[in-house]
Amino acid sequence: MKFGIVTFPGSNGDYDAFRAIADRLGETAVYLWHKAHDLEGSDVIILPGGFSYGDYLRAGAIARFSPIMQEVAEHARRGGPVIGFCNGFQIACEAGLLPGALLRNASLKFVGDTVTVRVEQSDTMFTNRYAPGQLLRLPVAHGDGRFTADDDTLDRLEREGRVVFRYADAAGAITDAANPNGSMRSIAGIVSAEGNVLGLMPHPERAVDPLVSSGDGLALFQSLLARVSA
Amino acid sequence: MSTFRVSVHIVPRQGILDPQGKAVADALHTLGFGGVADARVGRHLVLDVNAATAAAAESSVREMCERLLANPVTEDFEIAAVRAA
Repeated sequence: MKFGIVTFPGSNGDYDAFRAIADRLGETAVYLWHKAHDLEGSDVIILPGGFSYGDYLRAGAIARFSPIMQEVAEHARRGGPVIGFCNGFQIACEAGLLPGALLRNASLKFVGDTVTVRVEQSDTMFTNRYAPGQLLRLPVAHGDGRFTADDDTLDRLEREGRVVFRYADAAGAITDAANPNGSMRSIAGIVSAEGNVLGLMPHPERAVDPLVSSGDGLALFQSLLARVSA
Repeated sequence: MSTFRVSVHIVPRQGILDPQGKAVADALHTLGFGGVADARVGRHLVLDVNAATAAAAESSVREMCERLLANPVTEDFEIAAVRAA
Protein backbone atom coordinates (compact mmCIF):
# COMPACT_ATOMS: atom_id res chain seq x y z
CA MET A 1 0.00 0.00 0.00
CA LYS A 2 1.28 3.43 -0.94
CA PHE A 3 1.00 6.39 1.43
CA GLY A 4 1.41 9.92 0.05
CA ILE A 5 2.51 12.46 2.65
CA VAL A 6 1.91 16.08 1.70
CA THR A 7 4.69 18.48 2.63
CA PHE A 8 3.48 22.06 3.06
CA PRO A 9 5.83 24.94 3.86
CA GLY A 10 5.95 24.66 7.65
CA SER A 11 5.06 20.98 7.93
CA ASN A 12 7.20 19.26 10.56
CA GLY A 13 5.45 15.92 11.03
CA ASP A 14 5.97 14.66 7.49
CA TYR A 15 9.18 12.84 8.36
CA ASP A 16 7.55 11.20 11.41
CA ALA A 17 4.77 9.88 9.19
CA PHE A 18 7.28 8.68 6.60
CA ARG A 19 9.28 6.78 9.22
CA ALA A 20 6.17 5.23 10.75
CA ILE A 21 5.05 3.89 7.38
CA ALA A 22 8.38 2.95 5.82
CA ASP A 23 10.22 1.62 8.89
CA ARG A 24 7.53 0.37 11.24
CA LEU A 25 4.61 -0.53 8.98
CA GLY A 26 6.85 -1.73 6.16
CA GLU A 27 4.82 -0.11 3.41
CA THR A 28 5.66 2.44 0.72
CA ALA A 29 5.72 6.14 1.59
CA VAL A 30 6.32 9.10 -0.71
CA TYR A 31 6.49 12.81 -0.03
CA LEU A 32 4.15 14.94 -2.12
CA TRP A 33 5.20 18.58 -2.49
CA HIS A 34 2.30 20.93 -1.91
CA LYS A 35 2.72 22.58 -5.30
CA ALA A 36 2.41 19.29 -7.16
CA HIS A 37 -0.76 18.22 -8.93
CA ASP A 38 -0.09 14.49 -8.77
CA LEU A 39 -0.77 12.07 -5.90
CA GLU A 40 1.64 9.60 -7.59
CA GLY A 41 -0.83 6.76 -7.28
CA SER A 42 -1.03 6.98 -3.48
CA ASP A 43 -3.76 4.86 -1.86
CA VAL A 44 -3.79 6.89 1.35
CA ILE A 45 -3.09 10.61 1.72
CA ILE A 46 -1.60 12.00 4.91
CA LEU A 47 -1.83 15.67 5.87
CA PRO A 48 0.95 15.88 8.47
CA GLY A 49 1.43 17.91 11.61
CA GLY A 50 3.27 21.19 11.73
CA PHE A 51 2.59 24.87 11.24
CA SER A 52 1.80 25.19 7.56
CA TYR A 53 2.17 28.78 6.36
CA GLY A 54 3.05 29.81 9.91
CA ASP A 55 -0.58 29.33 10.99
CA TYR A 56 -1.22 32.73 9.35
CA LEU A 57 -4.84 33.95 9.57
CA ARG A 58 -5.98 30.69 11.22
CA ALA A 59 -4.27 27.31 11.55
CA GLY A 60 -4.77 25.49 8.23
CA ALA A 61 -6.56 28.38 6.54
CA ILE A 62 -3.93 29.03 3.87
CA ALA A 63 -2.75 25.45 3.29
CA ARG A 64 -6.09 24.53 1.84
CA PHE A 65 -5.22 26.71 -1.17
CA SER A 66 -2.07 24.74 -1.95
CA PRO A 67 -2.35 23.32 -5.47
CA ILE A 68 -2.25 19.69 -4.35
CA MET A 69 -5.32 20.16 -2.13
CA GLN A 70 -7.52 20.03 -5.25
CA GLU A 71 -6.26 16.50 -5.92
CA VAL A 72 -6.57 15.59 -2.24
CA ALA A 73 -10.20 16.76 -2.21
CA GLU A 74 -10.89 14.79 -5.38
CA HIS A 75 -9.25 11.69 -3.85
CA ALA A 76 -11.52 12.11 -0.81
CA ARG A 77 -14.61 12.53 -3.01
CA ARG A 78 -13.79 9.23 -4.70
CA GLY A 79 -13.74 7.58 -1.27
CA GLY A 80 -9.94 7.48 -0.94
CA PRO A 81 -8.62 7.49 2.64
CA VAL A 82 -7.23 10.78 3.97
CA ILE A 83 -5.74 11.23 7.44
CA GLY A 84 -5.05 14.62 9.00
CA PHE A 85 -2.79 14.58 12.04
CA CYS A 86 -2.82 17.75 14.17
CA ASN A 87 -2.20 20.58 11.66
CA GLY A 88 -3.55 18.17 9.03
CA PHE A 89 -6.82 17.97 11.01
CA GLN A 90 -6.96 21.77 11.03
CA ILE A 91 -6.34 21.85 7.27
CA ALA A 92 -9.03 19.21 6.64
CA CYS A 93 -11.57 21.29 8.60
CA GLU A 94 -10.63 24.48 6.77
CA ALA A 95 -10.89 22.64 3.45
CA GLY A 96 -14.39 21.44 4.32
CA LEU A 97 -13.35 17.76 4.32
CA LEU A 98 -14.42 17.57 7.98
CA PRO A 99 -16.91 19.66 9.99
CA GLY A 100 -16.04 22.00 12.83
CA ALA A 101 -12.97 24.04 13.65
CA LEU A 102 -9.94 23.87 15.95
CA LEU A 103 -9.50 26.93 18.14
CA ARG A 104 -6.87 28.14 20.58
CA ASN A 105 -6.50 25.77 23.54
CA ALA A 106 -8.76 26.84 26.41
CA SER A 107 -5.65 27.15 28.63
CA LEU A 108 -4.07 29.53 26.05
CA LYS A 109 -0.96 27.39 26.43
CA PHE A 110 0.74 25.17 23.90
CA VAL A 111 0.35 21.60 25.14
CA GLY A 112 3.14 19.09 24.55
CA ASP A 113 2.41 15.91 26.45
CA THR A 114 1.44 12.27 26.20
CA VAL A 115 -2.27 11.84 26.81
CA THR A 116 -4.77 9.01 27.09
CA VAL A 117 -7.19 8.68 24.19
CA ARG A 118 -10.20 6.35 24.20
CA VAL A 119 -11.21 4.53 21.01
CA GLU A 120 -14.90 5.34 20.55
CA GLN A 121 -15.41 3.54 17.24
CA SER A 122 -13.51 0.45 16.19
CA ASP A 123 -15.47 -0.21 13.01
CA THR A 124 -13.83 2.49 10.88
CA MET A 125 -11.18 1.79 8.25
CA PHE A 126 -8.70 3.56 10.54
CA THR A 127 -9.48 1.80 13.83
CA ASN A 128 -10.52 -1.78 13.08
CA ARG A 129 -7.38 -3.12 14.75
CA TYR A 130 -8.36 -1.50 18.04
CA ALA A 131 -10.92 -2.77 20.54
CA PRO A 132 -13.92 -0.57 21.41
CA GLY A 133 -13.04 1.50 24.47
CA GLN A 134 -9.34 0.69 24.18
CA LEU A 135 -7.13 3.28 25.83
CA LEU A 136 -4.16 4.57 23.85
CA ARG A 137 -1.20 6.64 25.01
CA LEU A 138 -0.51 9.19 22.30
CA PRO A 139 1.57 12.38 22.13
CA VAL A 140 -0.09 15.74 21.59
CA ALA A 141 1.74 18.92 20.56
CA HIS A 142 -0.51 21.83 19.64
CA GLY A 143 -1.65 25.33 20.52
CA ASP A 144 -4.91 25.25 18.57
CA GLY A 145 -6.60 21.95 19.32
CA ARG A 146 -9.93 22.86 20.86
CA PHE A 147 -12.49 21.12 18.67
CA THR A 148 -15.52 23.36 18.28
CA ALA A 149 -18.76 22.95 16.36
CA ASP A 150 -22.39 23.93 16.86
CA ASP A 151 -24.67 21.63 18.86
CA ASP A 152 -26.44 20.26 15.78
CA THR A 153 -23.13 19.24 14.24
CA LEU A 154 -21.92 17.66 17.50
CA ASP A 155 -25.19 15.73 17.89
CA ARG A 156 -24.98 14.51 14.30
CA LEU A 157 -21.36 13.38 14.75
CA GLU A 158 -22.36 11.39 17.84
CA ARG A 159 -25.52 9.94 16.27
CA GLU A 160 -23.68 8.82 13.16
CA GLY A 161 -20.84 7.24 15.15
CA ARG A 162 -18.28 9.66 13.76
CA VAL A 163 -16.58 10.60 17.02
CA VAL A 164 -13.68 8.16 16.78
CA PHE A 165 -11.38 9.28 19.60
CA ARG A 166 -11.99 11.09 22.90
CA TYR A 167 -9.57 12.32 25.55
CA ALA A 168 -9.93 10.22 28.71
CA ASP A 169 -8.23 9.73 32.05
CA ALA A 170 -6.09 6.70 32.88
CA ALA A 171 -9.20 4.75 33.88
CA GLY A 172 -10.98 5.61 30.65
CA ALA A 173 -13.35 8.17 32.15
CA ILE A 174 -14.14 11.32 30.17
CA THR A 175 -13.34 14.24 32.47
CA ASP A 176 -12.53 17.92 32.05
CA ALA A 177 -9.18 17.34 33.74
CA ALA A 178 -8.21 14.80 31.07
CA ASN A 179 -9.15 17.14 28.22
CA PRO A 180 -5.88 18.86 27.24
CA ASN A 181 -7.36 21.69 25.18
CA GLY A 182 -11.01 22.19 26.12
CA SER A 183 -12.40 20.38 23.07
CA MET A 184 -16.19 20.19 23.06
CA ARG A 185 -17.36 16.79 24.38
CA SER A 186 -13.67 15.87 24.74
CA ILE A 187 -13.47 15.09 21.04
CA ALA A 188 -9.96 14.19 19.87
CA GLY A 189 -10.77 12.79 16.42
CA ILE A 190 -13.64 12.46 13.95
CA VAL A 191 -14.36 10.93 10.56
CA SER A 192 -16.26 12.32 7.58
CA ALA A 193 -19.83 11.24 6.77
CA GLU A 194 -18.51 8.67 4.30
CA GLY A 195 -15.95 7.47 6.83
CA ASN A 196 -12.89 7.91 4.61
CA VAL A 197 -11.44 11.13 6.06
CA LEU A 198 -10.04 11.00 9.59
CA GLY A 199 -8.82 14.02 11.53
CA LEU A 200 -7.28 13.89 14.99
CA MET A 201 -5.14 16.18 17.12
CA PRO A 202 -2.97 13.46 18.76
CA HIS A 203 -0.02 11.97 16.91
CA PRO A 204 -0.28 8.19 16.35
CA GLU A 205 2.52 8.54 13.79
CA ARG A 206 4.80 9.56 16.67
CA ALA A 207 3.74 6.53 18.74
CA VAL A 208 4.87 3.59 16.66
CA ASP A 209 7.86 2.47 18.69
CA PRO A 210 7.65 1.57 22.42
CA LEU A 211 11.34 2.34 22.70
CA VAL A 212 10.84 6.08 22.23
CA SER A 213 7.23 6.73 23.23
CA SER A 214 4.42 4.21 22.94
CA GLY A 215 3.57 1.74 20.22
CA ASP A 216 -0.15 2.45 20.41
CA GLY A 217 -0.35 4.39 17.16
CA LEU A 218 0.84 1.62 14.86
CA ALA A 219 -2.51 -0.20 14.79
CA LEU A 220 -4.09 2.83 13.13
CA PHE A 221 -1.90 2.26 10.09
CA GLN A 222 -2.34 -1.51 10.30
CA SER A 223 -6.11 -1.01 10.26
CA LEU A 224 -5.87 0.42 6.75
CA LEU A 225 -3.92 -2.64 5.59
CA ALA A 226 -6.41 -5.01 7.19
CA ARG A 227 -9.19 -3.35 5.24
CA VAL A 228 -7.47 -3.85 1.91
CA SER A 229 -6.45 -7.46 2.49
CA ALA A 230 -9.93 -8.35 3.82
CA MET B 1 -11.94 52.32 -10.99
CA SER B 2 -10.91 53.77 -7.63
CA THR B 3 -9.12 52.40 -4.62
CA PHE B 4 -11.08 52.00 -1.42
CA ARG B 5 -9.71 51.24 2.02
CA VAL B 6 -11.96 48.71 3.73
CA SER B 7 -11.66 47.87 7.44
CA VAL B 8 -12.94 44.56 8.76
CA HIS B 9 -13.41 43.39 12.34
CA ILE B 10 -13.44 39.64 12.91
CA VAL B 11 -14.31 38.37 16.38
CA PRO B 12 -15.11 35.01 17.99
CA ARG B 13 -18.85 34.42 17.84
CA GLN B 14 -20.86 35.16 20.99
CA GLY B 15 -21.32 31.98 22.96
CA ILE B 16 -18.08 30.40 21.77
CA LEU B 17 -15.47 30.26 24.50
CA ASP B 18 -12.83 32.94 23.89
CA PRO B 19 -10.13 32.24 26.50
CA GLN B 20 -8.03 35.16 25.27
CA GLY B 21 -10.94 37.56 25.69
CA LYS B 22 -11.61 36.14 29.13
CA ALA B 23 -7.96 36.61 30.16
CA VAL B 24 -8.10 40.23 28.98
CA ALA B 25 -11.36 40.85 30.86
CA ASP B 26 -9.85 39.32 34.02
CA ALA B 27 -6.79 41.57 33.70
CA LEU B 28 -8.99 44.65 33.25
CA HIS B 29 -10.96 43.67 36.37
CA THR B 30 -7.68 43.39 38.27
CA LEU B 31 -6.80 46.94 37.13
CA GLY B 32 -10.08 48.14 38.60
CA PHE B 33 -12.16 48.33 35.43
CA GLY B 34 -15.01 46.43 37.05
CA GLY B 35 -17.42 47.67 34.43
CA VAL B 36 -16.04 45.33 31.76
CA ALA B 37 -18.78 42.74 31.32
CA ASP B 38 -17.18 40.87 28.43
CA ALA B 39 -14.16 41.07 26.14
CA ARG B 40 -13.48 39.24 22.92
CA VAL B 41 -10.21 39.32 21.04
CA GLY B 42 -10.25 39.07 17.27
CA ARG B 43 -8.51 40.43 14.19
CA HIS B 44 -8.64 43.75 12.38
CA LEU B 45 -7.85 43.76 8.67
CA VAL B 46 -7.30 46.75 6.41
CA LEU B 47 -7.69 46.02 2.71
CA ASP B 48 -7.07 48.36 -0.21
CA VAL B 49 -9.48 47.26 -2.91
CA ASN B 50 -9.80 48.49 -6.49
CA ALA B 51 -13.48 48.75 -7.40
CA ALA B 52 -15.89 50.92 -9.37
CA THR B 53 -17.83 52.08 -6.32
CA ALA B 54 -17.63 51.92 -2.54
CA ALA B 55 -20.59 49.55 -2.56
CA ALA B 56 -18.80 47.22 -4.95
CA ALA B 57 -15.69 47.26 -2.75
CA GLU B 58 -17.76 46.44 0.31
CA SER B 59 -19.61 43.65 -1.43
CA SER B 60 -16.34 42.14 -2.61
CA VAL B 61 -14.85 42.24 0.91
CA ARG B 62 -18.02 40.66 2.29
CA GLU B 63 -17.47 37.71 -0.02
CA MET B 64 -13.79 37.53 1.02
CA CYS B 65 -14.91 37.30 4.65
CA GLU B 66 -17.40 34.56 3.90
CA ARG B 67 -14.92 32.51 1.89
CA LEU B 68 -11.62 33.03 3.70
CA LEU B 69 -11.07 35.85 6.16
CA ALA B 70 -13.57 34.67 8.80
CA ASN B 71 -14.28 31.07 9.76
CA PRO B 72 -18.04 30.66 9.34
CA VAL B 73 -18.07 28.00 12.09
CA THR B 74 -16.69 30.16 14.87
CA GLU B 75 -16.34 33.82 13.89
CA ASP B 76 -18.47 36.86 13.07
CA PHE B 77 -17.26 39.70 10.92
CA GLU B 78 -18.25 43.30 10.53
CA ILE B 79 -17.18 45.69 7.79
CA ALA B 80 -16.30 48.69 9.88
CA ALA B 81 -15.47 51.34 7.29
CA VAL B 82 -15.15 51.90 3.55
CA ARG B 83 -13.46 55.08 2.37
CA ALA B 84 -11.43 56.31 -0.57
CA ALA B 85 -7.82 55.24 -0.05
